[in-house]
Amino acid sequence: MIEAKKLVKKYGDNKVVNDVSFKLKKGKITSFIGPNGAGKSTILSIISRIIGKDEGEVFIDGKEISSWDTKELAKKVAILKQSNHINIRLTVRDLISFGRFPYSGGKLTSKDWELVDEAIRYMKLEDIQDRYLDQLSGGQRQRAYIAMVIAQDTEYILLDEPLNNLDMKHSVDIMKTLRRLVDELGKTVAIVIHDINFASCYSDYIVILKNGKIAKEGEVKEIIKREILEDIYDIGFDIYDIKNNKICVYY
Amino acid sequence: MKNRYLIFILIALSSISLFIGVKEVSIVDLYHLELDSIEILFLTRIPRLISIIVAGIGMSVSGLIMQQITQNKFVSPTTAGTINSAKLGILVSLMLFSSQNVILKMLIAFLFALLGSFLFMGVLKKIKYKNTIIIPLLGIMMGNVIDSITTFFGYKYDLIQNISAWMQGNLSMIIKGRYELLYISIPLVFIAFLYANKFTIAGMGEEFSTNLGLKYNNIVNLGVTIVALISSIIVITVGQIPFLGLIVPNIVSIYKGDNLNKNILSTSLFGAIFLLICDIISRVIIYPYEVSIGLTVGVIGSFIFIYLLIRRNK
Amino acid sequence: MKNKRKIGFLFIILVILIIFFLVIGLNSKNFEYALSRRIPEIIGIILTGTSIAFSSVIFQTITNNHILTPSVLGLDSLYLFIQTCIVFIFGSNSLISANPIWNFFMAVGSMILFSMILFRFLFSKESHNVFFIVIVGMVLGTFFQSISSFMQFIIDPNEFLSIQSSMFASFNNMNSKILWIAFLVELLVLIYVYKLLPNLDVISLGRENAINLGVNYKKVVKKMLVVTAILVSISTALVGPIIFLGLLVVNLTRVYLKTYKHYYLILGSMLIGSITLVGGQLIVSRVMNFATPISVIINFIGGIYFIHTLLREGKM
Repeated sequence: MIEAKKLVKKYGDNKVVNDVSFKLKKGKITSFIGPNGAGKSTILSIISRIIGKDEGEVFIDGKEISSWDTKELAKKVAILKQSNHINIRLTVRDLISFGRFPYSGGKLTSKDWELVDEAIRYMKLEDIQDRYLDQLSGGQRQRAYIAMVIAQDTEYILLDEPLNNLDMKHSVDIMKTLRRLVDELGKTVAIVIHDINFASCYSDYIVILKNGKIAKEGEVKEIIKREILEDIYDIGFDIYDIKNNKICVYY
Repeated sequence: MKNRYLIFILIALSSISLFIGVKEVSIVDLYHLELDSIEILFLTRIPRLISIIVAGIGMSVSGLIMQQITQNKFVSPTTAGTINSAKLGILVSLMLFSSQNVILKMLIAFLFALLGSFLFMGVLKKIKYKNTIIIPLLGIMMGNVIDSITTFFGYKYDLIQNISAWMQGNLSMIIKGRYELLYISIPLVFIAFLYANKFTIAGMGEEFSTNLGLKYNNIVNLGVTIVALISSIIVITVGQIPFLGLIVPNIVSIYKGDNLNKNILSTSLFGAIFLLICDIISRVIIYPYEVSIGLTVGVIGSFIFIYLLIRRNK
Repeated sequence: MKNKRKIGFLFIILVILIIFFLVIGLNSKNFEYALSRRIPEIIGIILTGTSIAFSSVIFQTITNNHILTPSVLGLDSLYLFIQTCIVFIFGSNSLISANPIWNFFMAVGSMILFSMILFRFLFSKESHNVFFIVIVGMVLGTFFQSISSFMQFIIDPNEFLSIQSSMFASFNNMNSKILWIAFLVELLVLIYVYKLLPNLDVISLGRENAINLGVNYKKVVKKMLVVTAILVSISTALVGPIIFLGLLVVNLTRVYLKTYKHYYLILGSMLIGSITLVGGQLIVSRVMNFATPISVIINFIGGIYFIHTLLREGKM
C-alpha cells in the first residue's frame, strides 16, 4: 500500500501541496481530480520520488520512500508523466525494453525480452513496434509509454494525465486498458485526470484536491454528487445515472 | 535619475579624464599657460575625451534603436552581427585597396555592416518562434561565423595583426588628426533623436505601425542604416567595444521605461558616462600602463549582462 | 550489427589518416626528426578530438539537449581563466604555475569545483530554459576571456609572456609536456564511464523517466559533470578551445549511427572527432601550409550548423 502522511511542497512561499494525507487502496483505480493548480500532479510526482517533498512522509509497503533503494523502488512503482518529451530517436520496441532496466541494468535476458513482447501484445503494438516514436500519433505514443510501464512490471502504476491530447476513441482505449490492468493483473493504479466523466466511469476511488488540500475523497458514488462538485468547481452541475455510470453535465 | 544630474556627472568625469595620464597635467599648469601641458591637452587628452563621449553616445543610441526595432532587449550591434560585419569590411578594404584612405575604409566597413544587419533582420523574419533569448543567440552565432571568415582571410593575407588591432577597442592611439571621422556620427545621432518616436511605433510591429499610418519598412531600414553607419565609424576609429550598446539602454529602461522619445537623451548621456568610467578604470588600474577599453567594457559589460539576464528570467 | 560495421569503417578511415599524417613528406634524411615531432603531435590531436567528443556526448545526455556542449557553455574559457588565476595568485615562478603537471592537476581540481557549482545552477531549477542557459554560457565565456586577458595585463606583462606559451596552447603550439598524463587520465575516465553506460542510455530518456526506471539521477549526473570537467581540462590544456567541434562531431555521429546507445555514440563520436581533427590538421598543415588555424574552419562550419539547428528547433 502507498500511504502519504501530511505532505507539504512549497515553491517559494507558495504551498502547492499543503498537509495532504491519503492511502492508495490496493487493486483499485484511484483518480485525482480538481481544478488547475490544485497540486494533483505534484502529489503524484512526490509519491514517485520524481520531486522531493518539504514535509511529511510517503510509505510504500510500509517503508519510507527515502529509505528505498532507488532501483528496488523502480520494480515497485512506475510513473508516467504527462510531458513526456523524449529527445532521442527510439523505436517503440526500444522504448518498451527500457522498462526492463530496473531488472536487467541494460543487458536484457531472454526472459526480459519475453516480458517486452508480452507488453507489446498487451497494448496491441505488434504492427508498429519497429516504428520510431516521432512517427506515431499521440494515441499510439501514449500506448507505447504505457507498454513500457507494463514491461516495468510494477505493483503500482501512477499516470499523470494520460488522456492529455488524445481523442475520444484513444481515451476510452487507454482507460479500458487501465481497467484491465487492475482487474486482470491485480495492479494498483493512480491517475491524475481532468475529464470528470472518465474519472467517474472508470475509477473506484476519487480524491478531489483544491488549493493544495484534499477537499473530498471516497468511492465514486460518494463523490460524484452535485453539491460537492459545484462547491469545488464553482460552476453548475447536473448528474445523471446512465447505464450504472454517473455522468456529469456541466456545460 | 534626472538628466541634469547625468549632465553634471558627465562634466565632472570629463574633467577628471582630462587630467589622468602618464604626463602630468594640472590645472595650475594650464593657468600658467605652460605650453607642454596645453599641447598634450589638445593633442591627446581632448581628442580622447571627445572620442569617448561620441562613441559612448553613438553605441548606446545604436543599441537602443536596434532594441526598439526588434522589440528585444538583448539585441545590439554586438549581438546582431553588425560589428563583426564591419570588421570583415575593414579586412576586405585592407585586402583590396591601400590602407591609406580612411573614408574609403569606412564606406566599405559600412556597406558590410549594413549587409550584415539586413541579413540578421532577414533571418529574424524567418523565425516563427520568437523567443527573447533565441534572437540574440542567433545574432551572436552569426557574428561568430562572420568572425571566422575574417580570421580565415586575415591569415591568408597576413593581416591578422592588423585585424586584431580592431578586435579590441583602444583609445590610447587616439590623437589629433586620427579621430575626426567620429564627428560624422553626431548628425546621425540627431537624426535618431528626431525619429525616436517612429522607432518606438515601428517596434510595436508591422501591422500596428501601418495602422498608425507609418511606413514600417522605411523606418526599419532607416534605423538599421543609422546603426550600421555609427557602428562602422566607431569600429574604424576606436575599435570594437562589446556590450556597450546592449547594457546602457537596458539600465536606462529599468528607470525610464521604453518610450524612446523620453529615454533617448538619458541613454546617450548614460552611455557616455559609462564609457568614461570604464576608460578611467582602464587608465588607472595598471598605471602607468593602460588596459584596452574593449577589455574593461568586456569584463564589466558581460558581468552586468548576465545580471540582467538572470534578473529578467526570474 | 550494423553499427559495429560502421564503427569499424570509421576506425579504418582514422588509421589511414594517421598513416598519411605520419608519412607524408618523409624522406630518409628527415625521417627521425619528423617522426619524433609527428608522433607526439598525432597523439595530442587524437586525445583532444576524443576528449571533446566524449565530453560533448555526455554533456548532451545529462542536459538532455542536443545543442549544448561544454564549450558552448564557456567551460574551456573557464579553464583558461583558472590558469590565469593560478599564475595571478601563486606567481609565475612558483611550482604550481611553472610545472605543467602540477599546474594541470591544480586546474583540473578547480574545474571540478566549478562544475559542482554549475551543477547546482543547471539542475536546481527544473524550469530553466535551454536558450537561456546557452546565452548565459556564451556571455560567461566572453566574461572569462576578457577577465583573463585583463588579469594578464595586470600581472607584469613581461612576466606573463614567459610562461604564456606553455599554458595557453594552440594547435600549432601543442602542450606536449602533459601528453602522457592526459592520456592516462582520459583512459581512466573511459574505464570509469564504461560501467555507467547503461545508466546514460536511461538518462537520455529524460530526468523523470530515468528516476522512474530506478537510476540514481542526481548522483550519476554529478559524476558525469565531474567527468566532463576533467575531459574539458584535457582538451583545453592540450590545444586550447575549439568552440564548435563537439557540437559538430556529436551531431554528425547521431546522424551517421542512428542509435541511442551510449556505447556506440561515445565510440563513434570519439572516432569522428579524431578523424575531423587529424584530417583537418592534415589539410591545414600539408595542403594549405598552415595558412589558417584549423579551429577557424571548424568554428565556421560548426557555427553555421549551430544556426541551422537553432532555426530548426525554433520552428517547432
